[in-house]
Amino acid sequence: MDFILEPLNLVTFFPLAGVLLLLFIRKDGPARWISLVTSLITFGIALWVLALFDPGQAGLQLEVNHHWFSFSGWEIRYALGIDGLSILLVLLTAFLTPISILSTWHAVEDRVRDFQLFFLLLEVGMTGVFLAQDLFLFYVFWEFTLVPMYFLIGIWGGEKRMYAAIKFFLYTMAGSILMLLAILWLGIDGGSFYVPQLIEQGGIPADIQVWLFLAFAAAFAIKVPMWPLHSWLPDAHVQAPTAGSVILAGVLLKMGTYGFLRFNIPLFPQAAVQLAPLMATLAVIGILYGAAVSFSQTDVKKLVAYSSISHLGFVVLGLFALNEQGIAGAILQMVNHGISTGALFLIVGFIYERRHTRELDQFGGLWKIMPVYAVITLIVSLSSMGLPGLNGFVGEFTILLGAWGAANGPLGSYLYAALAALGVILAAIYMLFMFQKMFLGPLTNKKNENLLDLSRREILIMVPLLVFIFWIGLYPKPFFGLMAASVEQLVALVGGLP
Amino acid sequence: MNLTEIITWLLPLPPLLAFGLIVLFTNKNNRLSHSLAVGAAALSFLGSAFVLAQAFTTEHLGENPIASRLPWLPVGGGTLDVGVLIDPLSAVTLAFVAVTVLMIFIYSVGYHNFGQPVGDHDHKGLPPHGAKEHGHAVPSIEPMYARFFAFIGLFAFGMYTLVVSDNLLTLFVGWEIMGLCSYLLIGFWFGKESAREAAKKAFMTTRVGDVFMLLGVVYLYSAAGTLSFREILFNEEMLNHLATTPSWFGLSAAGLIGILLFIGTIGKSAQFPLHVWLPDAMEGPTPVSAMIHAATMVSAGVYMVARLFPLLSAGWHEGGALTPAMTAMSVIGAFTALFAATIAVAQNDIKRVLAYSTISQLGYMVAALGIGAFVAAVFHLVTHAFFKALLFLGSGSVIHGMEHGVLHTGDHKVDPQNMWNMGGLAGKMPTTFWTFLVGGMALSGFPLITAGFWSKDEILADAWGNGHVVVFGVLALSALLTAFYTMRQITLTFLGKPRTKEAEHAHETPLTMTGPLMVLAVFAIAAGWVGIPEHFPFIGGVLPNWFHEFVGGTLLEHPHAVDFDPIPLFTSLGVALGGLLLGYLVYREAKTDPLKKVLGPVHRVLENKYYMDELYDWAFVRPSRRIAHDFAYMFVDRNLIDGFLHAVGELSYWLGGFFREKFDRPVVNGFGDWVADTAQWFGNAIRKVQSGSIQQYMLLSMLLAFIGVFFYLWVLQP
Repeated sequence: MDFILEPLNLVTFFPLAGVLLLLFIRKDGPARWISLVTSLITFGIALWVLALFDPGQAGLQLEVNHHWFSFSGWEIRYALGIDGLSILLVLLTAFLTPISILSTWHAVEDRVRDFQLFFLLLEVGMTGVFLAQDLFLFYVFWEFTLVPMYFLIGIWGGEKRMYAAIKFFLYTMAGSILMLLAILWLGIDGGSFYVPQLIEQGGIPADIQVWLFLAFAAAFAIKVPMWPLHSWLPDAHVQAPTAGSVILAGVLLKMGTYGFLRFNIPLFPQAAVQLAPLMATLAVIGILYGAAVSFSQTDVKKLVAYSSISHLGFVVLGLFALNEQGIAGAILQMVNHGISTGALFLIVGFIYERRHTRELDQFGGLWKIMPVYAVITLIVSLSSMGLPGLNGFVGEFTILLGAWGAANGPLGSYLYAALAALGVILAAIYMLFMFQKMFLGPLTNKKNENLLDLSRREILIMVPLLVFIFWIGLYPKPFFGLMAASVEQLVALVGGLP
Repeated sequence: MNLTEIITWLLPLPPLLAFGLIVLFTNKNNRLSHSLAVGAAALSFLGSAFVLAQAFTTEHLGENPIASRLPWLPVGGGTLDVGVLIDPLSAVTLAFVAVTVLMIFIYSVGYHNFGQPVGDHDHKGLPPHGAKEHGHAVPSIEPMYARFFAFIGLFAFGMYTLVVSDNLLTLFVGWEIMGLCSYLLIGFWFGKESAREAAKKAFMTTRVGDVFMLLGVVYLYSAAGTLSFREILFNEEMLNHLATTPSWFGLSAAGLIGILLFIGTIGKSAQFPLHVWLPDAMEGPTPVSAMIHAATMVSAGVYMVARLFPLLSAGWHEGGALTPAMTAMSVIGAFTALFAATIAVAQNDIKRVLAYSTISQLGYMVAALGIGAFVAAVFHLVTHAFFKALLFLGSGSVIHGMEHGVLHTGDHKVDPQNMWNMGGLAGKMPTTFWTFLVGGMALSGFPLITAGFWSKDEILADAWGNGHVVVFGVLALSALLTAFYTMRQITLTFLGKPRTKEAEHAHETPLTMTGPLMVLAVFAIAAGWVGIPEHFPFIGGVLPNWFHEFVGGTLLEHPHAVDFDPIPLFTSLGVALGGLLLGYLVYREAKTDPLKKVLGPVHRVLENKYYMDELYDWAFVRPSRRIAHDFAYMFVDRNLIDGFLHAVGELSYWLGGFFREKFDRPVVNGFGDWVADTAQWFGNAIRKVQSGSIQQYMLLSMLLAFIGVFFYLWVLQP
């Protein structure tokens, strides 16, 4: 019993309780409620974890660490732990899941029970990824997330859902296999799969570090996704149901950036320093490229999907600045992106439910008939384009500070920061383009005349997101406070390396 | 924190609260909404008055400013603090912001036809078209009346935030919030294509500047370790450090940071080559043009470089060679001043003339800062805010009067903003005329009486006194043009006889509109008296040159006032009076523009604003579309990357087929089949054994037993 009541076990596996109940339910209504309540309780548990968390401590906290099994002398541990690098992401996962579930209330009518079941399973996998401290356990959770997502896209997706689901699955698998090889090498060479121990041991020769770094990076870069490995993302997003897109953009992509943060940088510090310019270059290309392609989209959902590539470029750039500002900014930007892009996908979902189209040409002048919807969209778009006073700016600004500061360090040039800043202009272009096409102008399309403004449920979904958009934008200190100690420790690890 | 500091912190809040309350609760009630907004502006005005009373009476405010700060954003080791600062520069800026904002809020009530009936065919997103009442056509109330007051409330919040900020980060926050409000308000009538396009253009163009500014902020932080104005600008050691740290392009760190930040100003204050958005921004309602695009937001660009003057001029001494950042400012500022003035001469829309005039006057200030005339530039910033707000509100009043005429005749094809449709309005709209005249005279620099004369004269005197002859010449020439086009505007609008029926039926506007005009007219004159040079002939020294003393205290080293010299004085007298006279004579009886004949094709170039819009469209807008869609999306993403992926997919599929056909079937299946066939054959073969006859089984088992025994005895045993 004590084992089950460990806070980290509870926050990871509580959704399974809902899954068990769902197995005995056939009706749609109760299935939705069970799923929602389960995820809300999970969020409550996550807040409890937050209350137990000591921000002053840099290392892992609330650890659960047991011998799991061994094979031919190598020990696999069941090890969960939380620190400043992961706490915000765990909270984000627990926060976005109930919101997504609430968004499916009318959007998913088909095989409701199964949908909710997969959704809760997905939450288990994602939380596990952020908490696992044993490479083997991590890999299990990592691969596990693929399965529910595959079904969510493949069963409840749009017209070309099978193409998208398979592309998503195969792409991610391909990257994971390289990572698995690297994990095996590390475990066999280091005698353990327990990450803190591996970090402490260190001692991997620089040239081997580079290979291992690249193998891990293959998995993470596909997940982020970094240019040019991004082409699965737009398809997956466009085909996925709204809730799937929210979780995909909000949390699943963060698993990639989190992977860099948790494994690549501390396990292979020399390689990280050495390859930082490469990573930053790809990140900057992603920023500009994603923004440019976004601008030329006519499908709103695709536009938002490509904008994700641009925003996550910022995150990767911040990470590989390898200084405190850059990494702290990157972590905050992961949260920001989860909130803002999650909100954008919900917004797209609302209009899709009403009109069953997402083509920009079909809209125009919606401000007049859906004022609440228009204002919420405007705020979220502004947050996404980094308007000061809202959350996006704080993240981007800190990342730029970091990237600029890293010019004298690992990055070696100011160009990265300068070009990334260009992405800020481009973000304004495509976001305003979208807003203008949808909400301004005359109401030309007759089909739009009788659209209903947001319902109370829909407003209820958006309000928590808006609260954080303003909170982080106006007073980011508590969020930085949670991660500061761990970030400092991580930076100390790479600091002073050639 | 003492009371003054607390009030300083609170200054931006009332308009923000008004915005929130209007959006959330009162948006259905027009009276309550505008009461909230105007009340908030009044509250901020009173608070500002309180703070300013304190500031103006503090001795050496520059050294002992009103300041307080709190930690806000922890960034790797340090924290970025936010705080408020009232030093001489922000004090005078606060003064004109508080007055103009309040006046414009009040004016908006009348401008949007409060108290008039709801229009018959009015739609949200389009200007009101009027209503029928008792058989008469009367103006109708703006359909999104409450929304307008919410937006300008948010705007005022941004502007107050910018002014009271003690650091570059919150200044930037206020700066961007204003940019957003500018976008929303230019596009306020979003049903009009032109308004939508103008809004987007404004946001995008200023955003280009903002990004460079953001880089400047980031660079400054990493070079100085702080963004606080006091710690950087009032700190000799820091300035020296920045001025001597080498950077790229042969510049010092201070130089490059200065230039990056100045590019922000180029965008925000509509300087060449990013000026293209401001004239289009006139699509917004006129109070917006007056507040955002004349008095406050565009002034904020100049305020920012004035604020950072110590950084921009780090390493420069009065009379010495200009720093690269200063050179850039003087060149761009002077060029813009002249460039925009030439365009203004050929415009026919009453608001567009003012828009180009604003660009030109902002160029004046930028150039003045560039040649080191800090106090003169700030002086002109203050006086310009008053008289330009006055002129814009006056033009709004004129347009309103003309719209009245249009409603009367019912001919909606007549453009109420085209000056050629006006004429003789002086008699119909006397208050508007006299106040507009005051504003126009101030803009032209009419000697001795108007505020514009004193501030402009000081800039010219400074340029001449410090030997910047080229700048002096360019600015003098643009002053001549300014006087000329201003008089052209006044003559065409107010003098002579009405040229259309609509002008004949124009009507004076209500007190909510003329009241603010009168208040601003007082400032357009009196604001100049605080800065009369001490050695000016006859009247110098009657009033102390308070402005120079006070604002000069912003800088570490108090700047010298230039010595009196008759040449710049006579130049400024000459260009102002000459320009006014010329403008009157040319347009006194004109039916069409006489300049068209005189200038020929040049006039067409001016009328089309040197074809800058077309150039940008060709050079930037269209290629970027092509790069985004044709290259990045279609070619790289769909063809190259996905093409590669699909090729891999096809290859695996083909490989699968290949293995199936060439290996699986012949080899693997073949082997399997062979095994199966053999087994079958074997089975068939030994089936014969299984006959079902007991005797045969018996025989077989005995045979096997015999073989077994034989095997045991003979093979295993010995």
